[in-house]
Amino acid sequence: MKEIKQEEIIQAVKELCIQANYELPEDVQQALHHACQEEDSMLGKQTLSILEDNAMIAKTSRMPICQDTGMACLFVEIGQDVHIQGSLQEALQEGVRQGYQEGYLRKSIVDDPVFERRNTQDNTPAYIHYDIVEGNQLKIIVAPKGFGSENMSQVKMLKPSDGVEGIKDFVLKVVEEAGPNACPPMVIGVGIGGTFDYVTYLAKKAMLRKIGTHHLDKRYQQLEEELLEKINQTGIGPAGYGGKITALSLNIETYPTHIAGMPVAVSICCHVARHKEVIL
Amino acid sequence: MKHMTTPLTLEQVQELKAGDQILLSGVIYTARDAAHKRLVTLIERGQDLPFCLQDQIIYYVGPTPAKPHQVFGSGGPTTAGRMDAYAPTLMKLGLRGMIGKGYRQQVVKDAMQTYHCVYFGAIGGAGAYISRCVESSEVIAFEDLGPEAIRRLVVKDFPLTVIIDSQGNDLYEMGRKQYIKEHKHVHS
Repeated sequence: MKEIKQEEIIQAVKELCIQANYELPEDVQQALHHACQEEDSMLGKQTLSILEDNAMIAKTSRMPICQDTGMACLFVEIGQDVHIQGSLQEALQEGVRQGYQEGYLRKSIVDDPVFERRNTQDNTPAYIHYDIVEGNQLKIIVAPKGFGSENMSQVKMLKPSDGVEGIKDFVLKVVEEAGPNACPPMVIGVGIGGTFDYVTYLAKKAMLRKIGTHHLDKRYQQLEEELLEKINQTGIGPAGYGGKITALSLNIETYPTHIAGMPVAVSICCHVARHKEVIL
Repeated sequence: MKHMTTPLTLEQVQELKAGDQILLSGVIYTARDAAHKRLVTLIERGQDLPFCLQDQIIYYVGPTPAKPHQVFGSGGPTTAGRMDAYAPTLMKLGLRGMIGKGYRQQVVKDAMQTYHCVYFGAIGGAGAYISRCVESSEVIAFEDLGPEAIRRLVVKDFPLTVIIDSQGNDLYEMGRKQYIKEHKHVHS
C-alpha cells in the first residue's frame, strides 16, 4: 500500500494547471510546425506562423497561450494499492484553485449554469473523471478546455444501418458547423460506441491521445486518415480564412455497444490542445 | 499592410473590403457576453452607457489577469456569434467596428450594411501574441464581472483582417470558395 499526502497532490495539480496553460504539448508544436510548411494559402500560412510565434512567446514570457484558460478537466487514475491521506477530491480542487490564482490564469467558471451565472472567482469546481486501475500509482492528467471549441462539439445516436458513411457525414457536418468558431486548425477526437454518456468520454480521450498515434484496428486507422483528409479538403483553413489545414489531427477511440445503437461523439479542440500529466 | 487609427470614420469603414489586412492603433473597448447584456439593458432603460459608442470599436475579449509587470494578460478574440443578439442595438447607436472570430448571423450582416459597421478578425488562440499590441488597459465599467468587465485599451499595430465588410461580403465564404476553386484539380 502506497501512501500519498494531500499536499503532494495539491502541489502537483497546481503546477500542471500552470504548465498546461503556458506550454503547448510537444506533439502539437510539431504538428503546427509541419502544418505551416504544408499550408499553401497565403493567409493560412501567415495565421499558422503567428500561432507558432504565439506559443513561443507564451512559453518564454510565462503567460497563457490563450486567454481562455478553460474549465479544468482532470482525468485521474487511482491505483487500487494507493491510499490517500485526506480527501482526494478536496486536494484536486485546491490544486486547481491555487494554480489558477498563482499562474494568473483566467477564472471562467460560473456557479449556476442558467440563473445567477456568478463567477466563482477561482475557476473551481474542476470537472474530474476518476478511473480505478491496478497498481500503486496515482496518475493525474490536467486538460484545461476552452469553450470556443467545446461549444462546437456534438454527439449523435446513429442507427447501426447508418454505417461508416453515416459516421463520416456526421463528423464532417460537425467540422463545417464549427468552422472559424473553433479557432482552426482543430485537434479532433471522435468516439464511437458505448452509450450516450460514455461516447463523449471516448471522444475526449481520443482528442487527448498523442498526435500521430493511431487506433490499433487498421480499419479505424484508415477511417482516421480518410476523415482528416476530407476535413482538410473543406477549404475552411487556418482561422477559417480559406486554406488547407483545417485540422492538425483526428483520433478515434471505440468501445463495444448495444445491438440497437451506434453512438458517435465529436470532440472539437482548437490548436491549443493543452494537457499535462504527472504520476505520483 | 494598411495602418488605421481609431475612431474610424464612416468613410474609412466603407472603404474596407473583406480580406483586407490592417494594423489598428488607438483606443478600443473590450466587452463580451455579460457586458453586452448589461449594455443593452441600460439602453432599453434609457440610461447612460459607460462610454459613447459613436465611431468606436468593441473587442470581444476576456483577458487573463495581467501579471504585476504586465500591461495586459493573454487576450485573443472570443467567438463573436454569442454577441449577435446584442450587436445590432449597439450599431444603431454608432458602433463602427467589432473585433472577434467566428460566424455572424445574417441579421448582424444586414445591420452592418444598414449602419455601416465592419467586423474584423483577430487570430483566435494567439492571446500571448496579441497582448504585446496593448499599450494600456483600464477597467471603466462592470468591474464585478472580472474578465468580462469593460476595459478601455490603447493598442498599437494590432493585426486584423476584415472578415465582413459593410457591403455584406464575408471572407469566411470567399476564402473557402477561392481555395476550393484553386485546388479542384488536386482533389478530383
